Amino acid sequence: MSEMMRVENIAKSFTLHVQQGAVIPVFKNINMTMNAGDCIALTGASGAGKSTFMRMVYANYVCHEGNIFVRHLNDWVDMVHAEPHTILNVRRHTLGYVSQFLRVIPRVSTLDVVMEPMKIFGIAAEEAQVKAEGLLARLNIPPALWSLSPLTFSGGEQQRVNIARGFATEYPIMLLDEPTASLDAENKAIVLDLITEAKDRGTAILGIFHDAAARDAICTSEFDISQYRVASDA
Amino acid sequence: MEMVDKQSYNFAYLDEQTKRMIRRALLKAVAIPGYQVPFASREMPMPYGWGTGGIQVTAAVIGPEDVLKVIDQGSDDTTNAVSIRKFFTKVTNVETTEDTAKATVIQTRHRIPETDLTEGQILVYQVPIPEPLRFLEPRETETRKMHAMEEYGLMHVKLYEDISQHGEIATTYAYPVEVAGRYMMDPSPTPKFDNPKMDRMPALQLFGAGREKRIYAIPPYTTVKSLDFDDHKFSIQKWEQPCALCGAEESFLDEVILDDHGGRMFVCSDSHFCQTRQDEGHRGEMSPGHPLQKREGVQ
Amino acid sequence: MTPQDPLLTVRDIAVHYGDRVGCEQVSFDLFPGEVLGIVGESGSGKSTLLNAVSGQLLPSAGSIHYNTRLSDVREIYEMSEPERRFLMRTDWAFVHQNPRDGLRMGVSAGANIGERLMGVGWRHYGEIRGTAASWLGKVEIADDRMDDTPSTFSGGMQQRLQIARNLVSGPRLVFMDEPTGGLDVSVQARLLDLLRGLVADLNLSVVIVTHDLAVARLLSHRLMVMQGGRVVESGLTDQVLDDPQHPYSQLLVSSILQV
Repeated sequence: MSEMMRVENIAKSFTLHVQQGAVIPVFKNINMTMNAGDCIALTGASGAGKSTFMRMVYANYVCHEGNIFVRHLNDWVDMVHAEPHTILNVRRHTLGYVSQFLRVIPRVSTLDVVMEPMKIFGIAAEEAQVKAEGLLARLNIPPALWSLSPLTFSGGEQQRVNIARGFATEYPIMLLDEPTASLDAENKAIVLDLITEAKDRGTAILGIFHDAAARDAICTSEFDISQYRVASDA
Repeated sequence: MEMVDKQSYNFAYLDEQTKRMIRRALLKAVAIPGYQVPFASREMPMPYGWGTGGIQVTAAVIGPEDVLKVIDQGSDDTTNAVSIRKFFTKVTNVETTEDTAKATVIQTRHRIPETDLTEGQILVYQVPIPEPLRFLEPRETETRKMHAMEEYGLMHVKLYEDISQHGEIATTYAYPVEVAGRYMMDPSPTPKFDNPKMDRMPALQLFGAGREKRIYAIPPYTTVKSLDFDDHKFSIQKWEQPCALCGAEESFLDEVILDDHGGRMFVCSDSHFCQTRQDEGHRGEMSPGHPLQKREGVQ
Repeated sequence: MTPQDPLLTVRDIAVHYGDRVGCEQVSFDLFPGEVLGIVGESGSGKSTLLNAVSGQLLPSAGSIHYNTRLSDVREIYEMSEPERRFLMRTDWAFVHQNPRDGLRMGVSAGANIGERLMGVGWRHYGEIRGTAASWLGKVEIADDRMDDTPSTFSGGMQQRLQIARNLVSGPRLVFMDEPTGGLDVSVQARLLDLLRGLVADLNLSVVIVTHDLAVARLLSHRLMVMQGGRVVESGLTDQVLDDPQHPYSQLLVSSILQV
């Protein structure tokens, strides 16, 4: 199995300057590796820093200690120290992230929202549209809604559009932050199928799954983040 | 009223130092065809708009042996032409003429004579607004930079607007030209009909703008190109009938209103040209010797 | 030029207004296809910086190198003025907050778009008009408005026209100063969507100044936060907005009104 990601000795704390410089430690000394085809479930109590850890891997949160190496094309990129344009390149081609919330521009159609990462990836418009339509149909978004902005959709529909967008491009590494939350049983099963297919393709997946059954069904291992927790001084 | 003693004025009204200053500006203008040279325009004994720029240029180049012709809209006998001619008669006592071929210096407002000019002649234009770019770019600092850097796209914007609004280039006078492949120039409010005459003209062309304090020039045999588009070529005005007095078909015609029932005639704007042709026996449909006149008179 | 070479390299730029500091010690690289947002409150020096890097305000110190199409890197203030001006109206574009500053209000929309083309020697009326019509379409203005002057347009239409007028020459680098500033919210959303599409389709590099963090998040890849003429924090847009480190950045982000 080829190694896709290697986390070395990372730590995180937040300094709140607007609240008299209060420092909130989260965790420290985290080490982990992830191989192609792995599906690792991040576990730990609420507040243990699961989302924070995932966001650090995506370079959405700043990391002050340690390194996060990601295999990008044939190189290793340290997401902690890489230049912004390198990180953007990694996000375009290597690292996918499906968050719990859909953030889009008003007025942009659902189809375009799903097609956008494929376009950035360099997939031709026609091919991207076929793929986007297939995913939306599979996730039970009625074609009548495809030309509308997802901002007017229900929470579950938005979540499914977000998943279609995230899975449209076949990234070698994917980060999934509660992809099945707020979905009904039928749609949850479809999403788990999508994840399984990605895993079978060799995608390395790191996910947060609150649903234990889902976790057991698709994950190859668990990584409990609570053990690295740092107690707050307060 | 007392006659003013001619001796109380220097020759050609301006003092010698002023004439030198203007000649220096003229030399620079001739050296850089189409470039607007600033000069210290003087107060003249007539209002701006009456040709003070042209008069100062004429005053700086005229000598006692010169023969002067002055035209306004092509005519030797309109108010502006008459008063300027009188002015120079008074302050230089040079010979004046209406004969284009005989003149050595011709001061003009709005026309170039129909008779071809020759080497040794000087044509002096009275210019109200020397800056061709001002219509679209009012900042003088900016237009000077545009000239310096040959940024002339804006000039075509004006022509583009003409075509989009009127279906053709509707600018009929002050039609912009490119001089010697470099400077964009406003040929003063001459009709575009006269633009081709500027191109490679054997005579020296000098332009004076009194209020704006600018002088520019086109040396003899300089290329002067009227701007156009590949698919909307420059063309000059055409009239459906010849001159009503001399029958000329290739001259610039003025419309003359005859009565308040729509009666009108078209006659040469160049009065001397027209008269010469009539003297040679050419007849238009409204001239006394024309066959139409003998039968039914004017329609 | 390879994709790894920056298009614009800014080093230690300072602009002093007498004793007052406009901006100081600003350095950044801008890569092809990258959108850099500059945020900060009024008076933080962001517009001064934009004017300096866009060739309109000679800095007191520092250098600005641009990777020209001819594959040679030039310091923009060491170029001759004609060269710089040519660059600014062909390979560069500047979108002003107030469209009146960027448009010729007295001539038609078509002529506004055609001006840059005529400036580089286009002399076929039909082709100029055809290109202008296609750009009106791209910025969602009906072609029957082509012969109207911008003074008859709404604020949003004027801003879209300004963008078309700027982009028609196929620039690689676009500077924008609060492009959505004077527009109401619904018009703003449409413009943002349009801008984002054009930036992606044309692979434009953009430096955009805004005080609106939502605009910065939607349009820019990277952010610089300015305070008192200096860059206090810079990084990936989502990193700066979601995990701001500098006290001033935290204050800015926490000051956003929630709808």
